[in-house]
Amino acid sequence: MTAAGRPLLEVAGLTKTFGGIRAVDGFSFGVTEGSITGIIGPNGAGKTTVFNLVTGIYRPTEGTILFEEEEMGGLRPDAIVRKGIARTFQNIRLFNRRTCLENVLTPLLQREPCSFLGALLGTPGTRRMERELHDRAMDLLASLGLERYADWQANTLPYGLQRKLEIARALATEPKLLLLDEPAAGMNPEETRSLAALVSEVREKFSVTILLIEHHMDLVMNICSPIVVMNFGALLAAGTPDEVRANPGVVAAYLGKGKKSHDRTAG
Amino acid sequence: MDYILSIVILACINMIAVLGLSIFTGFTGLFSLGHAAFVAVGAYTSAILTYYYYVPFYLALAAGAAAAGLVSLVIGVPTLRAKLRSDYFAIAILGFGEALRVILENLEITNGARGLPGIDGFTTLPVVLVCLAGGVLVARNFLRSRWGAACIAIREDPVAAEMAGVRLFRTRLLSLVVSAVYCGLSGGLLAHFLSFIQPVMFTLVQSTQLLAAVIAGGMGSISGPLIASFVFIGLPEALRVAQMWRLVAYGLLLVLIMVYRPQGLMGYSELSRFFRKNGNPEGRSRS
Repeated sequence: MTAAGRPLLEVAGLTKTFGGIRAVDGFSFGVTEGSITGIIGPNGAGKTTVFNLVTGIYRPTEGTILFEEEEMGGLRPDAIVRKGIARTFQNIRLFNRRTCLENVLTPLLQREPCSFLGALLGTPGTRRMERELHDRAMDLLASLGLERYADWQANTLPYGLQRKLEIARALATEPKLLLLDEPAAGMNPEETRSLAALVSEVREKFSVTILLIEHHMDLVMNICSPIVVMNFGALLAAGTPDEVRANPGVVAAYLGKGKKSHDRTAG
Repeated sequence: MDYILSIVILACINMIAVLGLSIFTGFTGLFSLGHAAFVAVGAYTSAILTYYYYVPFYLALAAGAAAAGLVSLVIGVPTLRAKLRSDYFAIAILGFGEALRVILENLEITNGARGLPGIDGFTTLPVVLVCLAGGVLVARNFLRSRWGAACIAIREDPVAAEMAGVRLFRTRLLSLVVSAVYCGLSGGLLAHFLSFIQPVMFTLVQSTQLLAAVIAGGMGSISGPLIASFVFIGLPEALRVAQMWRLVAYGLLLVLIMVYRPQGLMGYSELSRFFRKNGNPEGRSRS
């Protein structure tokens, strides 16, 4: 399942402190091209902070983030997007009062070089480009099964579809690496299963590498390999689903059989 | 008749400035309490050019608009780069507007606080209508373009906008410059309509009125603020018979709109939407 591809993303010694709190503490991991890599870990382990660091929303305190052997740390989010990293958010962030079509069209437009004056005057060239992008946006919506909702305002969509729309918008930036922050949050088991199928399908269809954070263990164990486990901002374990499941440190972190509980029984 | 004509012209001139502020506040989501300053820059630049240097009117108008755009960079670059949140930006630009007015009051060439009298009255109804129509068309095209889409994305969610590839600072600055150009054009027309300008015509009160029209008309609508602006200019005039109560009525109207339609007259949609087949103002269609 894991293609022995080249490393697409390499994170080394990544650290982010907020005041005295070390949210991410010397975290290192890699993402191989073509894989679906999963990041799991207890709440507050620093998973989303890692996403925010990789996408430039936060600046790393220390450490390097190499994407295609190029340093990303310190770049602005929009510059990182142009390098080929896109993401979705844990708490959905759509352009709420715009239609689904416009949500997808916005990133498509940003990629298109066009003349400012031509746009203001509405020249035929501009109109032609608009029509082309419109079609591409419709195709994208269709590939996620959203074409029926093209003129719906984004915040009127049902929750599950809003998540899909966010993926569609991220894909519109034509990423090489797609970060999904808890894509199955708030979904029932059935929706979660169809999401798993969707994620695999998206990887094939858009030949994109996927890195996802998730709490639904069945989803992660099913589609992710390798899996990276975080705890207290640092790497706890990494490997195939079976390796991770068998790792005593991971079991301890999830079931709370750590040193502390020993102390408590001793005391 | 002349009286009504002059009200219509004034309303149209005001609508051009409101249109500009609508792009900045309504579509980019940044508040401004200082856009009257850009109207002043446009008015003074174009008036000085025709008054002292006999520059042709249209050239002077364009120069006024351009000057307003340039001046907006002075306040826009430092404040928008610092990513000041909307309300902080509004205060920063408020200070800028007042400072600019004081400068105008103390310059030789502007004739200080006494103002510039005897500017040629080039602004006629056709001129104003052409400017307004052109302004609406360009605004509509702008909002459809990648820059307009970027502005609206920033209003909706700045973080998500950046992750959609939008350059935050550049887009906000562009929006400010475009809105300032509109205000500058409006100022040039105003100067050549009234034939007299003085610094007190461009105070916080004017900035507030522009902002009130945008908010009452509907953030994220072009037609809404235009209607509101027309009403706000027309209503006090129509109620002139009622003497001092007319300003009360103006205030009351504003309060009523905000209470009963907090999203503004048109909300986030356009007037044209109601005339379209299947026209559904909420933006969701059948199926």
